[in-house]
Amino acid sequence: MSTTTTELTGGGAAPEAAPTQATRRRGGGGGLGTYLLIRFLLIIPTIFILVTTVFFLMRSTGDPITAALGGRLPASQLAERIHSAGYDRPLIAQYFSYVGHLAQGDFGTTLSDRRPLSNVLTTFGGATLELAFYALLVAFLVGIPLGRLAAYLRDRWPDAVLRVVAILWYATPVFFVGLLLKLVFAVNLGWLPVAGRASTGAEIQLSTLPHPTGLYLIDAIKLGDPEVIRDVLQHAVLPGITLGLLTAGVFLRLVRTNVIGTLGMGYVEAARSRGVPERRLLKKHAYRPALIPIITVIGLQIALLLSGAVLTETTFEWKGLGFQLNQYLQARDYVAVQGIVVLLAVIVAVTNFIVDVIAALIDPRVRY
Amino acid sequence: MATAAPPTATPAGTHRRGWREFPVVRQLHQSVGLQRGMLVAGLVISTIFLLTAIFAPLLAPYGFNQLRDASGAFGAQQPPSSAHPFGTTVGGYDVLSRVIWGSRTALYVMVIAVTLALFVGVLLGLVSGYFGGWADRVLVVICDAIYAFPSLLLAIVMAIVISGGQSSLWGGIFAAAISITVIYVPQYFRVVRAEVVRIKAEAFVESAKVIGAGHWRIMTRHVFRNSTRTLPLIVTLNASEAVSTLAALGFLGFGIEATAAAEWGFDLGKSLPDVTSGIWWTSLWPGLAIALVVLGLTLVGESLNDLADPRLRTRRRGAEAPPDAVDVSVVPGGTLGGGPGGLAGLEGSGEGEWSR
Repeated sequence: MSTTTTELTGGGAAPEAAPTQATRRRGGGGGLGTYLLIRFLLIIPTIFILVTTVFFLMRSTGDPITAALGGRLPASQLAERIHSAGYDRPLIAQYFSYVGHLAQGDFGTTLSDRRPLSNVLTTFGGATLELAFYALLVAFLVGIPLGRLAAYLRDRWPDAVLRVVAILWYATPVFFVGLLLKLVFAVNLGWLPVAGRASTGAEIQLSTLPHPTGLYLIDAIKLGDPEVIRDVLQHAVLPGITLGLLTAGVFLRLVRTNVIGTLGMGYVEAARSRGVPERRLLKKHAYRPALIPIITVIGLQIALLLSGAVLTETTFEWKGLGFQLNQYLQARDYVAVQGIVVLLAVIVAVTNFIVDVIAALIDPRVRY
Repeated sequence: MATAAPPTATPAGTHRRGWREFPVVRQLHQSVGLQRGMLVAGLVISTIFLLTAIFAPLLAPYGFNQLRDASGAFGAQQPPSSAHPFGTTVGGYDVLSRVIWGSRTALYVMVIAVTLALFVGVLLGLVSGYFGGWADRVLVVICDAIYAFPSLLLAIVMAIVISGGQSSLWGGIFAAAISITVIYVPQYFRVVRAEVVRIKAEAFVESAKVIGAGHWRIMTRHVFRNSTRTLPLIVTLNASEAVSTLAALGFLGFGIEATAAAEWGFDLGKSLPDVTSGIWWTSLWPGLAIALVVLGLTLVGESLNDLADPRLRTRRRGAEAPPDAVDVSVVPGGTLGGGPGGLAGLEGSGEGEWSR
C-alpha cells in the first residue's frame, strides 16, 4: 500500500535525482508549459473513457424507464414513454446524442423527480464539498503530525501503536465508524446531533438568506447568528471525524513512510554529520521533501474520499451528492445514477489535474 | 519496491528452496520485532476468519435465515440473552448466527474476486507489457482512467449491470465478486506490466529469443516467473479491500437478500435506523466482524509491503545500505519509465498503484 510513496521518493527522487537535482533543474525533460498542456489534454480521454464505459454498462441492462417503472405501468404506456425519451433508438445513436448533450454541459434529467442533473449538482454539491472540507481538515490536523511523530520514534512503542491505529482507521468501514460514533456520542451521551446538516430551526433560518451558497458554515456566518453557527458546527463534528479518520489513517502512514525515506537519504546524513540538531533535521531536512509526494497522493485520495462520502452521507443523512445517489439507487432511477457517476468522474479528473499542477509547481522534477 | 532477495541477485534460490521460499513463510522468517508481531497478529486473525467460514455450520447456533425454533419465533430486535448471545435483528434473525455465516459469504466473494482479478489482470499485463504497441497504450490509458475513479461508484455500476440490485446467493456473490474484480484488474495490470516492461529488456530474455524460444514460452517461463514478486502483497491487500467493498455494497442495499445468505454489510445497512433508538447489538457485531477481517488481512499485507521495502524493513543486524542501494537502483528507470511518456509517473506514482 505504501508503495506509491515508496515509488515516489524511492523511484523518482531518492537514489539518482537528489544528487543531480541542481543540474537537472534546467533543461531536464520538457518545460512546465508542455507538461501542463499534456496533463490538461489527458483529462479528455480519461473522462471520455469513463463516460463511454458507464454509458454502455448501464444501458446493457436495458432502458432506464423499464428499470424504474417496469411492472408499475401498463405495457402500452411504458412503450410510449420509452419512445418519447428516445430509448428505442439504436444504442449507438443514443450514445452519440448522450455525448453531444454532455459536451454542452447537459447531464440529463432524473426520472424519479424530473430535475436536471445540473440542478442536483448545485443543490447537493455544496454539502459534499463541505463534508470533504471537514474531513480533509481532520485528516491534515491528525494524520500529518502523528505521521511525523511515528517516523521520528520509529520502531519504538508509540510508532507501533500509531501504525496499528492508522490501519484501524482506514481498514474499518466508514459506515461502521459512523454508526459507532453515532451510538456513543449522539445516542448514549447525547452530546451531538444524530444526523443531518443542521436542525430544522437553523435550516429555516438559513433558507431566509437571499443568496445561499449551499455551504452551511459560510451561510451561517453570513447570517451572523451564533446559535446557527454552533448548530451547523455541531452537526458537522461526527460526519467530519468519520470521513476524516479514514483519510487521516492514509495520511499518517504516508507521512511516516516518506519521512523515514527522506531521513535515510544522503543529504540528511550529511546535515547530521555537520552537527545539525536532530529536531531541525526532522523539521527542515526530512519533513519538507517528504511532503511533495503527499501532495500528489492527495489527488488519488479524492477518489477514496468521494467513495467514503457516499457511505458517510448515507450514515448521517447528510444531504449531499452521495446521499442523493443512494436515494436514486433505491428508486432505481438509473438516469440519475449515471448522471451523478459521470459528474463525479469529471470532478475527480479535474481535481487530479489541479493537484498535479500544484505538484509540478512545487517540484521541478515533475515533468515529461 | 525491490524485494529483499530477487532471485537474480542472490544464489539463495539454488540451495535454500523449499517451503521457506513460499511468499508469506519467507517474510515470517525475515521479520523481527514489531514487524513480526504485526504479521503474526494478521495471520492469526485471518486464520480464525478462515476457520469460522469453513466451520460455520458447526459453530452457528441457528441457520442464517432461521426465524423460529422449537420454542417459537425469535422475535425482532431482542436484546442479547442466553438463547441469543448477540440478540436478534430487526428482521427477527439471530445476530450471532448471521455474523458467523457472514464469514462464509465474505470468503466466497473474496476468493472469487481475487482469483478473477489476478487472472485477468496478470494476463493483460503480461501480454500488453510484452508486445507493447498501440493496444498497450490504450490499455494503460483505460486502466489509469478506471484506477483514478472512485472504486465504490464503479462497483455500484457493475452491481446494477450484473444483478440489478438484489439477487440469490450465488448470483449475489458473483455480482459482488465481479464488481470488485473490475476495480482491481487495473492494479494487477499496472504492476505486472511495469515488471514485464523492465524484465523484457534483460539479457536472459534476449538470449531466449536468440535460441529461438517462442513468444508464449518466453512470456510464461522467463518473464512471468520473474514478475510475480509483488503479487502476494497485492493479493492480500485486495482480499481485505474485497471484504470492505462487499460490505459497502451491502450497506447501500446491493447485498444478497437476507434469506439467501448472511452478509455483514447488508445487516449493517438494515440496522442503521436501530442505532437512533439505542439498539446497538444489531450493528456492533457485524461491524466488528468486518473491521476485524479487514484489519487482519491488512496487517498481513502491510507487513509484506514493509518487508519488501528495504527502507522500511527493520533489520536483524545492523546491515548497512549497500545491498539496498543496489536493489533500488535497479528499479527506477524501469518502473517510472514504464508508461508511454511516463504515464505512470504522471499520476505521481510508479507501479505501486494499489496504495490508498
